[in-house]
Amino acid sequence: MAAIEILDLEKSYLVGFWHKHRKPALRPLRLTIEEGEVFGFLGPNGAGKTTTLKLLMGLVFPTAGTARILGMDMDDPRVKSQIGFLPEQPYFYDHLSARELLNYYGQLSGMAQGRSARVEQMLARVGLSDSAGVQLRKFSKGMLQRVGLAQAILHDPKLVFLDEPMSGLDPMGRREVRDLIQQLRHEGKTVFFSTHILSDAEALCDRVGVIHQGELRGVGAVAELTSATQGKVEIIFCAQKVPAGLISLGAEARVSGDMVNAVLSEEQQDAALDVLRRERLKLISLTPVRRSLEEYYVQKLQVPEGPKEESRKGVGV
Amino acid sequence: MNSGGTNARIGYIAFNTFREAVRDRVLYNLIAFALLLSGAAILVGEISIDIERLVVVNLGLTAVSLFGVVIAIFIGIGLVSKEIDKRTLYTVLSRPVRRWEFVVGKFFGLTGTLVVNTFFMALGVFLALLYVAHKFEMMDVWVLVALYFIVLQFLIVCALALFFSSFSTPLMSAVFTFALFVVGSLAEDLRGFARITQGVGGWLATAIAYLVPNFSTLNVISQVAHGDAISGRLILYDSVYALLYSAMAISGAVLIFQRRNLK
Repeated sequence: MAAIEILDLEKSYLVGFWHKHRKPALRPLRLTIEEGEVFGFLGPNGAGKTTTLKLLMGLVFPTAGTARILGMDMDDPRVKSQIGFLPEQPYFYDHLSARELLNYYGQLSGMAQGRSARVEQMLARVGLSDSAGVQLRKFSKGMLQRVGLAQAILHDPKLVFLDEPMSGLDPMGRREVRDLIQQLRHEGKTVFFSTHILSDAEALCDRVGVIHQGELRGVGAVAELTSATQGKVEIIFCAQKVPAGLISLGAEARVSGDMVNAVLSEEQQDAALDVLRRERLKLISLTPVRRSLEEYYVQKLQVPEGPKEESRKGVGV
Repeated sequence: MNSGGTNARIGYIAFNTFREAVRDRVLYNLIAFALLLSGAAILVGEISIDIERLVVVNLGLTAVSLFGVVIAIFIGIGLVSKEIDKRTLYTVLSRPVRRWEFVVGKFFGLTGTLVVNTFFMALGVFLALLYVAHKFEMMDVWVLVALYFIVLQFLIVCALALFFSSFSTPLMSAVFTFALFVVGSLAEDLRGFARITQGVGGWLATAIAYLVPNFSTLNVISQVAHGDAISGRLILYDSVYALLYSAMAISGAVLIFQRRNLK
């Protein structure tokens, strides 16, 4: 079963002094996320990532379209007890401690039995057991982010929405969040998270979607996107200068100390190896050049604005 | 979400609102200031020979009323807008909480805060009374009724602050609410003016006079300061009036908030 089915969800705001002009924040979005999947929603700031999450959370109302979450209509009140949400740069009640806040959210989520134990478990999981009794106004940004993560998974939801979960975190904090998302994946949870940090998406996601200017530009499986070769190979060998034979094959090469790194087309691979043999140079490695997620991302952002069949279907690499 | 769950959630939100408000230091400053004013009433009462009681009740209850209204507006306007600005609302509404439950819970939480505040401020007034009169008299019961009416005023002010903050900025909500409090305190004069005005102006004056909250009927400070009794009929009328007016303002807040995009 699909965990999330977004069916032409659309949001625009009326702007201008007389509210006569319509500014699209999200163009019709069609996207399906399967259960147990970790999905990364990528895009620059203002692309429509947060708008999409707010629409799914019922915080803003769609101009058109709808979505089904865990098989239920997104307006169905039962949905809320099975989902967790971490907003971007979360902020909580200043005068509550982390423990009080989690207890409060647990109450609102309908947790009765074992709530206190679960709260302590969550505090330990995000590394806040020692600061559990401190009022949140004394917390750093990173600590608030951890509280945010704890509240999002407190009630053991099936589906977790995280809006920029690594934002404001130091390298250690980012690593901890990555570990937490990996744990959620192992527990069989579905994770939908927005980010503009591509390395995080590449490390964590099964699939990613790229959104720009309110429009979904493409969706693809990370493994496929990054395994796709570009018809080029990278050859690394020991030498202090680039052999003339290699240059004549059209290789782009650079010398770094005693090593040469050369990139050339796959068709020229055998000829290049012949050159190395002739020159009696030591081969270190020969690998196909793979596309990085960053290249895919940049490529999708460069697609001119306008209706694209691929995006509307929510598929396609 | 059953009705039992609804009541529980409203209760949790109300308790959390109360807890947050009580822990806010600004609130303590206001209470301390009100208690100080009650102390000042003793001082003024001592130099006002034979009318000590009148001065203490008048000044004390006025202080309770004014500071209570300031607290009601101060917290009331921030109840919804602060939660939107700071995005604390996002993590509440992403749980099985309906928007109307949130608004009603906030209202009850703020009302509870004001009732507790009023209790402590009233304690100050009664201590001041005991200090100047050395004993309590039967007519001091009416001071309790005046305090009850002040709490009814707070109910309406809270509901109005919540109503305005459901669609306006905190500053504008404060201005609107305080303006309505001032105009509502002159409601009886407005009604008198409406009665003697003819034509469209009379119509308009009548509409405004009955639309604004009638705070003047809820102000019996002068009467109880003079030891006058308050009729049971007025107590009943004012109770029903304050509850209905607050319910209307809260309903308005809910209707607006239900449709609001939390950008």
